[in-house]
This record gives sequence, C-alpha cells and structure tokens, in this order.
Amino acid sequence: MPQRMLAGLSVLVAILAAAPWWMPPWMLFIASGALAKGMAALGLMLLLRGGLVSFGHALYFGIGAYAAGLLVLSGITEFLVLAVLGTLATLVLALILGAFVSRYRGIFFGLLSMALSMVFYGLLIKLQSLGSSDGFNLGGIHLLSIPMQGTAGQVPTYLMTLVLSVLAAIGIDQFLRSRYGLLTKALRDNELRVEYLGQSVRQLVLLNYIIAAGLAGLAGVLSAVAVGHIGPEMAYWTTSGEFVFMVILGGLGHVAAAFVGAGVLSAVQAVAYAVAPNSWQFIVGASLLACIVFLPEGLWSLLKRFGRRA
Amino acid sequence: MSEAVAIFLDGSIYAAWLFLVAVGLTLVYGVMKIVNVAHGATYTVGAYAAVSLCGAWAAGGGNEWGIYLPLVLAAPVVGLILGPILERLFLRPLRDEEETVLMLVTYALFLILEDSVKFIWGVDPYFLSEPYLLPGGIDIFDLTYPVYNFGMLIAATVVGVGLAWFLSKSKSGRIVRAVIHDREVAMAMGANVDRIYLAVFSFGCALAALGGALTAPTVSVIPSMGVEVIVLAFAVVVIGGMGSIIGALLGALLVGFVRAMAVHLLPEAELFIIYLVMATVLLVRPSGLFAPAEARKI
Repeated sequence: MPQRMLAGLSVLVAILAAAPWWMPPWMLFIASGALAKGMAALGLMLLLRGGLVSFGHALYFGIGAYAAGLLVLSGITEFLVLAVLGTLATLVLALILGAFVSRYRGIFFGLLSMALSMVFYGLLIKLQSLGSSDGFNLGGIHLLSIPMQGTAGQVPTYLMTLVLSVLAAIGIDQFLRSRYGLLTKALRDNELRVEYLGQSVRQLVLLNYIIAAGLAGLAGVLSAVAVGHIGPEMAYWTTSGEFVFMVILGGLGHVAAAFVGAGVLSAVQAVAYAVAPNSWQFIVGASLLACIVFLPEGLWSLLKRFGRRA
Repeated sequence: MSEAVAIFLDGSIYAAWLFLVAVGLTLVYGVMKIVNVAHGATYTVGAYAAVSLCGAWAAGGGNEWGIYLPLVLAAPVVGLILGPILERLFLRPLRDEEETVLMLVTYALFLILEDSVKFIWGVDPYFLSEPYLLPGGIDIFDLTYPVYNFGMLIAATVVGVGLAWFLSKSKSGRIVRAVIHDREVAMAMGANVDRIYLAVFSFGCALAALGGALTAPTVSVIPSMGVEVIVLAFAVVVIGGMGSIIGALLGALLVGFVRAMAVHLLPEAELFIIYLVMATVLLVRPSGLFAPAEARKI
C-alpha cells in the first residue's frame, strides 16, 4: 500500500508540475490559490489531529499576507525575503499567542482563536493607511530576476507554490511519523495519559500550533503574491471556516488529504460561482454536512477503501 | 455632559440589541451544548420574514400602527418552522457528536440557510423603514434619537424578564433548568429531553428571528446580514459565560458600553475593541465571567 501510494502521489505531483502546459491560465490561477490554501489547511490538520478546531486560523493567513504587503509597501519586492519574513512574523506571533491559546481545549480553543482573528480583522478594517476594508494591491514582486506577477509571473508563482506545498507536505509527513506527531494523535483520545507518558501536553499543543501558524503564514504570502491583492477578509472568520471545511473534506488520513480538500473546495467554488453564483454556499454547506455524516474521515478514506478493495 | 448621556443611551440601546441576538444562543448552548453558528442565519431569516409579513400587512390595508404586530410575529413564525426542521433533521441524529463537530454542523446549516434566503427572497436589498420612521424622534440634549431604538430596550427587557420568570417560576422552566444542570439525571427523573431540546431550539430560533425582525427596519435587509451578527453574539455569550442568561445580559452591557465609548471617544477602535474584550475575558476567565467551574475528566 505505501509503495503504491507513493507512486500515486508522485504521478499526481508530476501532473501538477506539468499543469502550466495543460491548464488554461484561469485554471492555473485557481490552482495556485488552492495549493496555497491547502498549505494553510495542512497546518490546521495538525491541530485537528490533536482534537483542536480553530475557528480563527485565518489570523495567520492574514498576518502572512499583510506582512508581505507591508514589505512591498516599504520597497522590498524580492519573493524570498517576503516568504521568509512573512513566515517569521507569523511564527513570532504564534509563539506569543500560542502561550495563551495552548491552555484551551474544545469549544474555548475555537472561540478564543476566533476572537484573536477578529481583533486583527477589526484593526485592518479601521486602518486607513492599509486601505481599510478595501485592502491594497501589491505589484512588482519577483524571485531573483524572474517576475512573480502579471502574465509572465503566473507560471513561476504556480510552480513556486507547488514546490513549497510539496516540501511542506513531505516535512509534515515526517513530523507526523516523529515522536511528537504520534503523541499529538494520542492527545485527542486522552490528554492525561499523554502527560503520564512524560510529554508536556501544553508544549505539544504549542508546537503544533506554531507549525500550523507558520504554514498559514507562508500560505498567506503565496496567496498575496498570486492574487496581487490583500484585504481584511483574508482574516475574517468565514476564511477560517473555509480552512476547517477543507480539512474535514479531505480528512486526517494523510498530508495530501488537506490539499485534496483544498483542491475540491476551490474547484467546487469556481464552478458553482460561474454556474450558480447564488448557491455555492448552499452546495458547500450541504457537502460539509454530507461529509460529517457519511464520510467522517474525509475523501481520503474513500481512496483508502478503494485501494483495499483493488 | 451631553457626551456622557449619549454614551449611556447608545450603550444601553446597543446592549439591548446585543442581548436580544445573544440570549437565544446562550440558552441553546446551555441546554443542548451546541454552539449554534446557524443562529446568525436564523437572524437573517427573521429579518426577511418581517419584511414579507409587514409587506403583506401593508398590502392588505392593515392599520398603519398595527405594523408592529407582523413585525414581532415574524419571530414565532420562523421559530416554529425553522426550529423543528433543523433540530429534528440535522441536530437530533448528531446529538452525541463532540461539541466542535456540532459547531461544524451548524456552520454548514448557516451556509445552507444563507443561500436559501437568496433562493426565496433574491439578492436585492429590502427596505422596511415604516416601523422605524413612524414614531419619529425625540431630542435629548442636542442629539435626536429615533423613538424606535427605545423600543429595542423594551423588547430586550420583556424578553429578559420573561425568560427569567419562565426559568425560575414555571414548572417547564424548572425542568429546563434541570436539563441544563444534568441531562442524564433529569432524564432519569422523567424529563422528556427530546421534547425539551426541540422546544428550546425552536425558542432559540424564535429569539434569533426576533432580533433580526426588530433590526430589519433600521438597516437594509441583505442575505449576508447575519455573518457579522453571529460573531458579535459569540463575543457577548463568551464574555458572560456560555449557557448563562445573566452572563448574556452582563456581556451585552459590557460590550454595548465599551463600543459606545469607543464610538464616541476613539472611533478607530470601534470594531476590534469588542473582540479584544472577548479575548481578554477568555484569557483571564476562560469559561466566561458567569459560568460555573467544570471538573476535569480522566
């Protein structure tokens, strides 16, 4: 099974890497966004494995995007600098906030995360210098001498997002196999027993929280580059809800599941938005319900079931 | 002086509104342990129901001042239709899921309801200003206040006092309190939990719809009007302690006055200060200012 799965995933990555040659530009644009959001969902998946549902994960998505935005405003347009500093900014914030948030469980964890993201949203809405509710455009971002924006920049941005997504997936996969990753899974069943095993639960939650935030931050930077525009809605609670939905849709079975969830949701949104603009939320809500009831382990479990039968 | 009065009045009116939209949420959480995200969409449905009912009233040649009747009637109509549908079809089969899963279920219902509103009423905004304009305004110091806003105070008082009376004095109310306190023991004593859940959830829906219906005359009624309300209601409920009616009152007063002060003294802080209060309360007293402590399960 793992052999075949590895082969299957390699083929998938190869197909995605070849996307610039077979996808029309509009689809490539959606794919870039889906991969970036998948990265944020991947982080959220770590928390969900520990039984923690954050309804404010968009905070870090927004922080990453606005950190990149501020750097561009101050004249720095090198992508590598944006990515590193944007992620670093989220990591620092997550370290501070995580010290508090890691004490909370269940519904309180979700609501405190939401409150924190709404504080940030409230700030952005009122900050005239950052375009308040309209946000602002970022242009001229480049990687060394390769443009990352405009028509010429679309393919490099997509490929960069893909490379970073694959790296993140491999890294998180390793993390899940590590001692900490395995203990996180145990967290969901019984925290006290994890403590008895000699592992500080707070540190474990904090570690997952910081990694999750870092991924969301990087996703925010990538999203900002791909779209060329950032706005406060990136940190709104509905964006957080979208991330949660992606993880539920994909399932917790594998790192690739988060990207599957993000891909499917983005595709559904894009199609529904074009065909029936006033009912895409209905479709998304109904599939979320169906997923919770019929597929509690997400789309990934379908693949597994199929694989076992074959 | 006039600014202090303005802050006091604005704060009270806003607090009354917050209490109306949050009290149903806290009641449903207290009894059913469901953080009901769909509360925001029910609020929207209530506003639209008020638009339709008041429209029918006006078209049918009803009395000009009688328009408040269909306005308030929107609440029980929505509660009786939407409540049983959501509870029986979606929440009852999933009752034994974790709280966070239930929150996701209501989030899904929220998305579905918001688009259902678009199917039924379309996407264009509605205006229902007659009930708002009819009573006119009164001058307090140098500011004019619409009399309608004071109606919000009355409505919140009626709901609050009525609910407090029901829960503490009536027999059904005591049974509900028994269920809040301990579901299993209450069941063992013969409380029909299924029926209580259905009734409480429908009542919660009616309260959300009442909030929406009473707000409808003061805003343009649009499908997404509930998106922001639900997070505000969360803030109020979390500050007071989820499941506590007194907590919802206190949370509403705190948020109402903090916001009124921010609007008058520091307008830039208007929105985020509410969530800052919420986050601070959660950090200092995680289960809210009025919630009882809970034992850690091993």
